Amino acid sequence: MLEVRNLSVSIHGQPILDGLNLTVNDGEVAAIMGPNGSGKSTLSYVIAGKPDYEVTGGDVLLDGESVLEMAPNERAAKGVFLAFQYPVEIPGVATMTFLKAALNSQRRARGEKDMTTPDFMRAVRGAAEKLKIEMDMLKRPVNVGFSGGEKKRAEVLQMALLQPRIGVLDETDSGLDIDALRIVSEGVNALRDPKRSFLVITHYQRLLDHIKPDVVHVMSKGRIVKSGGPELALELERNGYRDYAEAAA
Amino acid sequence: MTLHRNIAKTAAESALGEQFAALRTTDAERLAAFAAFEKSGLPTRRDEAWHYTDLRAAMASAPAPAAAPSADEIAEAKAALASRAKIGDVRFVSVNGYFVAELSDAPPPGMAIVAQEGARDVGVFDAASALNRAFAPAALSLHVAAGGESAPRVEFAHAVVGEGARAIYSRLHVTLEPGARLSVFEGFFGAGSQTQRNVATKLRLGARSRCDWAGLIDDAAALHLETQSAALDEEAEVRGFALVAGSALARRQLFVRHDGEGAKIALAGLSLIEGARHADTTLEVTHAAPRGESREYFRHIVADEASGVYQGKVIVKPHAQKTDGGMKSQAILLSPTAAMNNKPELEIFADDVVCGHGATVGALDAEQVFYLQARGVPRKEAEAMLLEAFGAEAIDRVEDEAAAEALREVMRAWLRRRA
Repeated sequence: MLEVRNLSVSIHGQPILDGLNLTVNDGEVAAIMGPNGSGKSTLSYVIAGKPDYEVTGGDVLLDGESVLEMAPNERAAKGVFLAFQYPVEIPGVATMTFLKAALNSQRRARGEKDMTTPDFMRAVRGAAEKLKIEMDMLKRPVNVGFSGGEKKRAEVLQMALLQPRIGVLDETDSGLDIDALRIVSEGVNALRDPKRSFLVITHYQRLLDHIKPDVVHVMSKGRIVKSGGPELALELERNGYRDYAEAAA
Repeated sequence: MTLHRNIAKTAAESALGEQFAALRTTDAERLAAFAAFEKSGLPTRRDEAWHYTDLRAAMASAPAPAAAPSADEIAEAKAALASRAKIGDVRFVSVNGYFVAELSDAPPPGMAIVAQEGARDVGVFDAASALNRAFAPAALSLHVAAGGESAPRVEFAHAVVGEGARAIYSRLHVTLEPGARLSVFEGFFGAGSQTQRNVATKLRLGARSRCDWAGLIDDAAALHLETQSAALDEEAEVRGFALVAGSALARRQLFVRHDGEGAKIALAGLSLIEGARHADTTLEVTHAAPRGESREYFRHIVADEASGVYQGKVIVKPHAQKTDGGMKSQAILLSPTAAMNNKPELEIFADDVVCGHGATVGALDAEQVFYLQARGVPRKEAEAMLLEAFGAEAIDRVEDEAAAEALREVMRAWLRRRA
């Protein structure tokens, strides 16, 4: 379970999150919606541990343990997975090499043995097939020359391999056409599990037609200003964020 | 060569004078070379080509030249070679700068090798190459005839054995007949921190010949000075590479000249520099004939308080029309005290040419490091992965897979020592 308590965050002295509170229960899919600049991406980066963000107050807990002092790789090994809005290209590092390094680094951090190459290959093949990813694509360097849709599918592939406790999806729908959106959403839905939660960050209701949230939070000016059921997303789609921008002020 | 008269001789310069006198040589070329050296002295920052590598300041002493290896030293070199996998079909061995036939393979048909004094020889470009010409033992000459489908693969293994301060001079001439092919792996090893090394290599490429050259410098010499010159006849091709992962001060200088039309060169390199080391790659490519092609691709990883230098000058003579040149030098600095000096230069006197250059210096990409960390890879390993990828893109230019793999292994070992 993920708990964000009264979290305040600045970047370069500029406050972005302002006493944000949020709880995502086991097995829950929580959506966060909000206008541009409301701090959605900042929240996802702070959960994952990106440097350069200054936490000025509050805490982030995973299963009751604060993660704020942990390096990003330690958080990953504890089960935090951030699906990037803009997956980073890494020339010269083959995707398979990267996947294996990621998987085995996490296993080592948890005191487990490295996965054998045959088991690893089987796991990758299985996951790739579900996401309609050609094995040839995985021979290429990480995200290099991938289309927007391929990058997002590759993110979900990584999540499927790494089996996190919580998947934070930062605008995973951006840059996807309808077909790619469906494939990616199916990939995410296949990972839904009573022991796994998701925090789905998006501007649009569209993604939530495919990944059905249990709860919807509205974020504005660095806080959660309203929470409700899936119907809240539909209401936002009709009325926009204007009402909530004022509520946060 | 820029000439400066330094008023007072340094201790090293005085020692070199005494050592040369002790040779009692009457060889005209040696005398002329040493006279040229005496005139300029050791190069300093005031010599443009040495601006970033002040050899005069760096050479606190000039140890005496090593004598021809003793039987014990040859036995020691033999033992050291036994633990090194041969990269190539034939291996030619020098010990302390002297060719040792008994440790070397017999040349295959079409190839002749001989160590001979007084080979007709110019190739004096500056103080470093002048000292080499003045002091080096008989040059080792390799002559390669045309023939055969694939390039013969030759390893030059330059061993240093024995203790104490000394200077190792060696000289290599390689001639490819028209249409000949050759693939070389050249390794320098065994030098300790009191060894100063001065190497000169001269390549003469006949028409339509092709030479691939991969060099490795990864021992602990105090000084590694290397001058490589190449002259290409029409449609000859050279693909050169060097991995510099050792020696406190390394300076590789390459002088390449397109004498024939349509010749091609591709020069690449990777410098891995840590501690207080300094590695300088300086090259001068002269397009003296039309339709030539030149590519330079150098990468540098600089850590701690180390410093790197890349100076690349491409000269296109007035009649060298349709020249196609491209130069790239990229450095990653791993600490705030690491330094890199990049100086690409073009001197173009022809009007119908395509020449470009690019030089970058930066830190590791923080976004890439974070991405890897966010997937569970610890920071040090993430950095090592990115650095290995960066270096591998340079090493990938070496076509001989055994040579490339040996170079990659040296790079990985360097990265492991850092982690």
